[in-house]
Amino acid sequence: MSAEIESAQARTQKLEGLGTRRKRVEDVRFTQGKGNYIDDLKLPGMLFGDFVRSPYGHARVKSINKDAALELPGVKAVLTADDLKPLKLHWMPTLAGDVQAVLADEKVLFQGQEVAFVVAADRYIAADAVDLVEVEYEELPALVDPTKSMAADAPVLRDDLKDKTSGAHGPRKHHNHVFTWEVGDAEGTARALRDAAVVAKERIVYQRVHPCPLETCGCVASMDKVNGHLTMWGTFQAPHAVRTVASLISGIPEHKIRIISPDIGGGFGNKVGVYPGYICSIVASIVLGVPVKWVEDRMENLQATAFARDYHMTGEIAATRDGRVTGLRCHVLADHGAFDACADPTKYPAGFFSICTGSYDIPVAYVTVDGVYTNKAPGGVAYRCSFRVTEASYFIERMIDVLARKLDIDPAEIRRRNLIRKDQFPYQSALGWEYDSGDYQTALDKALNTVGYAALRDEQRRDRDAFRRGETRKLMGIGVSFFTEIVGAGPIKNCDILGLGMFDSCEIRVHPTGSAIARLGTISQGQGHATTFAQILASEVGIPAANITVEEGDTDTAPYGLGTYGSRSTPVAGAATAMAGRKIRAKAQMIAAYLLEVHDDDLEWDVDRFRVKGAPERSKTMTELAFAAYNNVPPGMEPGLEAVSYYDPPNMTYPFGAYVCVVDIDVDTGVTEIRRFYALDDCGTRINPMIIEGQVHGGLTEALAIAMGQEMEYDEYGNLKNASLLDFFLPTAVETPNWETDYTTTPSPHHPIGAKGVGESPNVGGVSAISNAVNDAFAHLGLTHTQMPHDHWRVWKTAQRLGLTAA
Amino acid sequence: MAKMHIALRVNNRQVETLAEPRMLLIHLLREELGITGPHIGCDTSHCGACTVDMNGKSVKSCTVFAAQAHGAEIITIEGLAGADGSLHPLQEAFREHHGLQCGFCTPGMITRAYRLLQENPNPSEAEIRHGIAGNLCRCTGYQTIVRAIRAAAERLTSAKEAAE
Repeated sequence: MSAEIESAQARTQKLEGLGTRRKRVEDVRFTQGKGNYIDDLKLPGMLFGDFVRSPYGHARVKSINKDAALELPGVKAVLTADDLKPLKLHWMPTLAGDVQAVLADEKVLFQGQEVAFVVAADRYIAADAVDLVEVEYEELPALVDPTKSMAADAPVLRDDLKDKTSGAHGPRKHHNHVFTWEVGDAEGTARALRDAAVVAKERIVYQRVHPCPLETCGCVASMDKVNGHLTMWGTFQAPHAVRTVASLISGIPEHKIRIISPDIGGGFGNKVGVYPGYICSIVASIVLGVPVKWVEDRMENLQATAFARDYHMTGEIAATRDGRVTGLRCHVLADHGAFDACADPTKYPAGFFSICTGSYDIPVAYVTVDGVYTNKAPGGVAYRCSFRVTEASYFIERMIDVLARKLDIDPAEIRRRNLIRKDQFPYQSALGWEYDSGDYQTALDKALNTVGYAALRDEQRRDRDAFRRGETRKLMGIGVSFFTEIVGAGPIKNCDILGLGMFDSCEIRVHPTGSAIARLGTISQGQGHATTFAQILASEVGIPAANITVEEGDTDTAPYGLGTYGSRSTPVAGAATAMAGRKIRAKAQMIAAYLLEVHDDDLEWDVDRFRVKGAPERSKTMTELAFAAYNNVPPGMEPGLEAVSYYDPPNMTYPFGAYVCVVDIDVDTGVTEIRRFYALDDCGTRINPMIIEGQVHGGLTEALAIAMGQEMEYDEYGNLKNASLLDFFLPTAVETPNWETDYTTTPSPHHPIGAKGVGESPNVGGVSAISNAVNDAFAHLGLTHTQMPHDHWRVWKTAQRLGLTAA
Repeated sequence: MAKMHIALRVNNRQVETLAEPRMLLIHLLREELGITGPHIGCDTSHCGACTVDMNGKSVKSCTVFAAQAHGAEIITIEGLAGADGSLHPLQEAFREHHGLQCGFCTPGMITRAYRLLQENPNPSEAEIRHGIAGNLCRCTGYQTIVRAIRAAAERLTSAKEAAE
């Protein structure tokens, strides 16, 4: 009975439950090179697929000659749109209600578009064969600037939609128009702007970037012709949704499709969509009767799969003279590329951009978004953010700074005056969201005190004086951002993708010896689900996390779920885990009552066991109850100890945070160094602080990349000029600073354990903090806004424009 | 294409194979020898996911022909653990300090750090950062990787001192 005398504290520690800095179980295999990523998979007889891609941004495909390719030894097939037509697979539906060409059907609409699919014995032969496919093109004028998409004389991009006056999201007003989406009070906002003492206006562009996970996208399709089963392994952030979509597209019954996501080398939104490579691999496997692998290379990844952002925003913010915001209006021109392949919930073609009132109590607001087509890659994915939330947050955080300049109020002070107060939660935003919980003032105060904000501003004043006296060529900038995220999509009543409600799930089986397996509808891409979901369960059911296996990603074994993106795993699947755990505990309690011969209500839970109230020496541990569940249950009760929960969240969760960034800019070179970056995050209940800190570090580093250097640059012909890691900026260890992390804890009132999700907050808050700092460095010279990315060249140009350097 | 006979030592094991002259070392390792620890992230020698140790130097095996490795001594992530299965201090430190998330860069990163610590057993933070600048990580922000390498360096140094 030594376990009996162990303190509750000691037993809690053994569980490694909520709040523990538990080491990751995944790392044991990853540090030994024993991960199992898609390109590691090798099946007998497996062939390798590769694409012939368009060199043009916009062209007519006049002919395709595959003879020479087919003559090359080792080449098994060359598929074109004509081959897919009889199967009706040359086009596929996108997640956004549009269609996308699987293989170019008479026209190519962006550089890198899939034109033909070559299947060969190995990747070298496939690459040779790609070069041997002769495609004759007639080049057409390319449209790369979204501001020109809806000009009267703009070229028609989508011949298939030319005469359609409505699309998936309502009326279309031009042949290159995708949708118009509006939300808020147009009249009230117009009135607020008209009557305001001060109105600040700014055009803010969030440039086109790319999630660029270190592993590219890929799959292996294996059609077993004997029993008609399709098994597909791939880099899928939403394996169950892929199964349903694959069934709907291919006509293969859903029960005969098995989708498996193995280890995924980073996703960040890149691996949510369904790409032509997946469809072509399936078709090739069906045609050839053997498994077919397709893995894109880095250039293909940057050219063709999943860009993010490309939001061109015009904002107007109304305020009183003392800086109280009285209204906000925003128009967005959204460049969706050649096909609308965003992965937003169906009813939200601009995602949750309407979170753009941010952390502030703004009485009235109005937003319109026009989506347009251009000759660029499709995508518009939620790159390390909930749907369009980082665009929204960047917009409002810049607008608040622009307003602060106009009113000559300190950026931190103007935020303080407008933050939603603690007593206003749950808070109803002007654009329709109900913020679940927050204590913004405490977070801001803590952040400003920790960094010594007032002293930093004093130092900046002294530095500027020294600069004026010619004693230094550096300018100091201080950026503040206070973001509110909206994550955890989402309640089925307003969130679905292709009609699939955005719930998530967890199924738990407790084994007779007291260990367990939990299976979820999500899939980790580095977030450490196998570690953290076991922690949630450990605290709920009193089984040590070390004795709980977490399994995801196999649609034959895991319960249905919508997958991992938009910071939804903890808010939705984490909730399902807790709820399923509570079902387990409820059944265990009945068994305990039976064994102890007391009423259920006479028992109390104590970390890992039930005790009889008033007689604590009488107890049954979870281990004992697990065994009893298989041999000694109350009369009439089913044996076994299993539970499943499908969790439909009642609301989104609203993580928030206060970030401060300090930069030093050398005006003669434009070199911008981050001297200090402090990030305070409030993600509600903290499951594993070590993993949270890691997520924040990683998200901030991606924010650094976006704010300081990333932009997918197209020339006028539609050539992507930086489609390799030579030209597309990914920070190395040298450019990346040390990040300071901090936190407050405001649990979500509607989540079973109060957790809100954290993975995407640092990207959402980080970009604006860095950009605000760069703008702040020049603010005393009258600058209100410069466009990202703030690379050395652009910063130097800004300094030059302001007369700081010799022309 | 005529194939070449290539003999090399990989993780202390002699291997022989036939490969086309154009075959890259990363493909020889992954496709022919089944050594899938080193990964392909960019094909252009920028990301470092394919880093292996060749004749005492870190190389990006996506930019080395298999034929160039004829007669070479190669160490990959799979070869870092001791003969008894005990993990290398770097492998332990990466887990201890949360120096990895998705794990895709990890084999290359640890293999690079292994060589860095041979070249400089007691590197400063700045030296570590420059020493791993050829290896990209999209998840961690490097801070915990730097910490892990520093911790492993200290452990290796103190173990060496204890042995002397």
